[in-house]
Amino acid sequence: MAASCVRTVGSFLGKCTKCSSSINTVATQVLLSRQVCVSSALCRKNLAAAGPEKFTLEYIQKQVEEYEIGKRHLANMMGEDSENFTQEDIDKSIAYLFPSSLFEKRARPLMKHPDEIFPKQRAVQWGADGRPFHFLFYTGKQSYYSLMHDLYGKILKIEKHQDRLRAKGLFSQDAQLISLGPSRWLTKEELELLLVETISTHDYDRFIKLMERMLAMPYSSTEEEFVQRYRRQLEAQSMKQMMPPLEKDENGVAFSTAEGRRKTSDSSVILRDCGSGHITINGQDYLQYFPVLQDREQLMFPLQFMGVLGRFNLECTVSGGGRSSQAGALRLAISRALLSFLSEGDGEAMRQAGLLTPDPRVRERKKPGQEGARRKFTWKKR
Amino acid sequence: MGYGCCSFLHKHITTSVYFTAFWELQLRSRSLLTFHGSASMAVRALTRGLLGFRYSRAATVASPCGGHHYVTAPSVKPPQPQADDVTEKILNQPLEKPDFFRVAELFSLKDLFDARVHLGHKKGCRHRLMEPYLYGCRLDHDIIDLDQTMEHLQLALNFTAHIAYRGGIILFVSRRRQFGHLVETTAKDCGEYAHTRYWQGGLLTNANIQYGPGVRLPDLIIFLSTLNNVFQQHVGIRDAAKMNIPTVGVVDSNCNPSLVTYPVPGNDDTPAAVELYCRLFKMTINRAKDRRKQMELLHGLSAPTSQTS
Repeated sequence: MAASCVRTVGSFLGKCTKCSSSINTVATQVLLSRQVCVSSALCRKNLAAAGPEKFTLEYIQKQVEEYEIGKRHLANMMGEDSENFTQEDIDKSIAYLFPSSLFEKRARPLMKHPDEIFPKQRAVQWGADGRPFHFLFYTGKQSYYSLMHDLYGKILKIEKHQDRLRAKGLFSQDAQLISLGPSRWLTKEELELLLVETISTHDYDRFIKLMERMLAMPYSSTEEEFVQRYRRQLEAQSMKQMMPPLEKDENGVAFSTAEGRRKTSDSSVILRDCGSGHITINGQDYLQYFPVLQDREQLMFPLQFMGVLGRFNLECTVSGGGRSSQAGALRLAISRALLSFLSEGDGEAMRQAGLLTPDPRVRERKKPGQEGARRKFTWKKR
Repeated sequence: MGYGCCSFLHKHITTSVYFTAFWELQLRSRSLLTFHGSASMAVRALTRGLLGFRYSRAATVASPCGGHHYVTAPSVKPPQPQADDVTEKILNQPLEKPDFFRVAELFSLKDLFDARVHLGHKKGCRHRLMEPYLYGCRLDHDIIDLDQTMEHLQLALNFTAHIAYRGGIILFVSRRRQFGHLVETTAKDCGEYAHTRYWQGGLLTNANIQYGPGVRLPDLIIFLSTLNNVFQQHVGIRDAAKMNIPTVGVVDSNCNPSLVTYPVPGNDDTPAAVELYCRLFKMTINRAKDRRKQMELLHGLSAPTSQTS
């Protein structure tokens, strides 16, 4: 290729005279053949323009076969049943056979199905005769534009439906808007994954706008299934409070157990519905264990907030940390244990007061070159 | 056989209107189509007194053949000479009659008038090259000559039918947002292709990189409106001319008809007119494809013995 850099242009005509018999020889004699000198720079391939590496379908199929065979070998090696060898078993076996202490989980040895490893690609878009399969192939972004085409078609259908109802006199403005529930639109990345092609932000915005326009029309509930395909359910907004279960001991007294943590302290509290208001921490009385008023206030705050000061008996255990962090851990544990005795509204009030939020603050490490976590060494001008 | 270029020129020109199409379709390879297309176009330019087509293709025939990956005939030729003869017969039979697909029956002048095809833009928007196609001007509104439109539309539909008969790829292009959905639906119903979206620069000229190596480009591009959204000529017309792809275009009184192979002077703004065009093209293409299937069945049934058509 690099050697034969001189192309003869006239040869093209010679090739074409071969393929068609009825060519007029007059024309060929008119055109002269001339030498065109081409430098090797033109023959060089632009590697960057090729894009990400493309895998052929046969290659991926071969990889899938190898994976299946490898799975059976692995099962035999581990002495397991090769028929029911799941992906979890594979992961455990690989972790056992190839122990890796690398911090980055993605750098560790991995054996997964090729569909999860190789990115999804498009198969060849045209048949044996060269005709593309999709009618919007020549636009370049066939999936996206066909989606927009379908969406617009649905809007027109809804409008026709509305016109028919109006003609009959049955049209009502507030009828049957789609109820979507707590859901969000697909993000741009998710849409790209769905369509298996890249789209620009502009295209994505237009798609969302057109969807919103369709949803705003009165009789759009007929296309609900289509719309739901492009929405994702949000996780429940308010996480249900993890209430400790209410148990009854042998005397018929209701009690609940909860745990709490703060800095390096761990605490566990058993709240008994006795009616005496007796508090024990690590076997000792709370006055003895917490001589400081501040700590005792922290301990009592949940009960005082709910107005149940004298009602419950507390049996607490706490370890680790200092006095303040132990008090904080106990407070959290008491609030959690109290949830099972209270109503929903009271629980919500406690949550809003911040009693149920674990304090995430921990001691920041000291950094080298500094005196403390934040404190720098004294700066001297000279 | 063996028509020479010289002998072609000696034929009487007015009757060569249909023979133009005949000559173009006689040759299978598209690169040669250009060369003879340019000759026939030059002939038409001489006769009609139209403005000179700046046909850039005429000079630069030296384009590498290997760059085009195209299939010359839709049916794969089997090695037996008998089946080859059958295919040849199927392909050559429509070329013997001037209006083999009877496209002239699909529309009448009254249909064009009712669809308001004759309404052009105002006098100020008029393109100089459209003056031959205008019937006149009434209260500053240009009126397009429907007699000329009839002829041009007939030619265009006939050409489309022949392309569809031979299994060519037809691309419908229109940048009018009002009719985008209609054009796409028409293309889907015919089994052909459409492009009514933003035209990216290298779609035709840089096809091997845009779509992948070995892609087949359209064999005919039909423009339902030759202007884009900023009232400039659609890039596709120039690109099709560069890539030797024949075009059929509905040219309004503010459009430039020079690079379009088969211009059809007519209104491109009224919904009625555009629906009429879509309907006509859809009917022609479906008709041509059905005819092709019929011919194949006919010849396929009687292939071993002598053929009866």
